[in-house]
Formats: sequence, structure tokens, C-alpha cells
Amino acid sequence: MVPTSYYVLVSAALFTIGVLGVLMRRNAIIMFMSVELMLNAANLAFVAFAREQLALDGQVMVFFVITVAAAEVAVGLALLVAIFRSKRTTDVDEVNTLKG
Amino acid sequence: MEFAIFAITSIIALMGGIMMLVSRNAVHSALYLLLNFGAIAILYLLLLSPFLFAVQLAVYAGAIVVLFLFVVMLLGAERAEDDNDALAWQKPLALILGLVLLGQAIFVAIQRTTTLPVPAEANFGSPTELATLLFTDYLLPVEVTSVILLVAMVGVVVLNKVRKERGA
Repeated sequence: MVPTSYYVLVSAALFTIGVLGVLMRRNAIIMFMSVELMLNAANLAFVAFAREQLALDGQVMVFFVITVAAAEVAVGLALLVAIFRSKRTTDVDEVNTLKG
Repeated sequence: MEFAIFAITSIIALMGGIMMLVSRNAVHSALYLLLNFGAIAILYLLLLSPFLFAVQLAVYAGAIVVLFLFVVMLLGAERAEDDNDALAWQKPLALILGLVLLGQAIFVAIQRTTTLPVPAEANFGSPTELATLLFTDYLLPVEVTSVILLVAMVGVVVLNKVRKERGA
């Protein structure tokens, strides 16, 4: 048996990697992947606590997170393609038309 | 035995995440993300949720990674970003704040008293149990989810519709 806190530690590390990815990379697609990584880290913690408490509600919640994540990726990548059509770049620093 | 599997899988997941972060090529990043998703799916299996294992492989490792790869190759965005970063000071700050966040998370995770999980009954986490819960207590969220997926689909089509030139 693996203690729940070990899973939570792995989840925390994965979440931090995701945060660093969003903050340090400039390629919008990689930033998106990092957001997915953060969602996955949260899911892992959910499932770990569902196992500890023997409550299935955590797993149901993960199911909903996965659905929303799928919708979010589809819309986000469509936005990226639309931005690329007008700006010819995926670098978020280049998309600064609204900057004062 | 279970602990060995957990340790190896966790290391693979963390390596996948780190390599995704540092890869200069976006295609490699997507493939390392796939490795990470696969490792997390195995962790789900260790945590007695075979249904989420299957969903993770089908939706994340299947659909989402393919979508990422498709967009990376469509946009030709696999090359690394330029080095002349407009916000160069942000990287070290992000590293420091990220490590502080990790430290806090580890502190909180260690603080809570942990007990070894009690053995579950045989059918815990089986698809039947999960489906019963989904279609009784969580029926309304399931319906809302269907609307979200529909809205996402319509939104994607509208966003990428090529507008006809006026008068053409």
C-alpha cells in the first residue's frame, strides 16, 4: 500500500512543472500543454483522495474535469489557429496589439 | 511490489513533465506529454479506478495529444521561440516562485496526518459503480457536460469559419 501523501507529493510536483511551463515558455501551444499538465495533477490528487476516503465522488469529479479539459483544448487550439491566421505566429509576446 | 510500480511510474511521469518543459521542439513536447499521460493512467490503475484509466488513455493520450500534434504540425510551430525575450526577467522570477509553490505544497502534504488507505471491497471503482453514481446523484452535471461539449463544438466551427468576401 502506498500512502496517499506520496501521490499528493507527485501531484504537487507535476502541478509545479505545469506552472513553470506557463510562466517560462513563450510558445502558446507549449503553454497549453502545461495547463493540461496542471489539470492532470489535480486529477491525480482527486483520485488519490477518492481512494483514501473510499468515496467515488472524487472519481466522478475527475470524469467531469476530463470532459471540460477536452472542450477547453478544442476551443483553445481553434483560437490559436485563428490568431496564427492573422498574426503568423504562436509566440505570445508577438500578440500585443492591445498593449498601451 | 505496489510501491515499486508507484515509484517507477511517478519518476516516468515527472521526467515526462520536465522533458516537456525543456524540449525546444514542440513535437517532442507533445510526445513527452503523451508519456506523462500514460504514466498517470497507470497511477489511476494503482488507485483502483480502471474506468478513469481507460478514459485517460482514450481522451488524453488519444484525442488531446493527437489534437496538439495536429495543430503543431499545421502551424509549423515546432521550432523554438526566439531568444530575444521581451520579458527576460520573468524566467528567474517564475523559477523562484514556482519552487516556493512546490515547497508550500510539500509542506502542506507532509503536515496532514497520513494513514495507509484501508483495503477496498472488490467492486470499488468498477465502471458499474461509477455509472450508477453518474446517472443518479450526478445526473444534472452530466447533462450540463453535454451542453458544454456542444457549445465547444459549435464555437470551434464558428471560430475557424472562413468568411466570404462581401460582394463576392
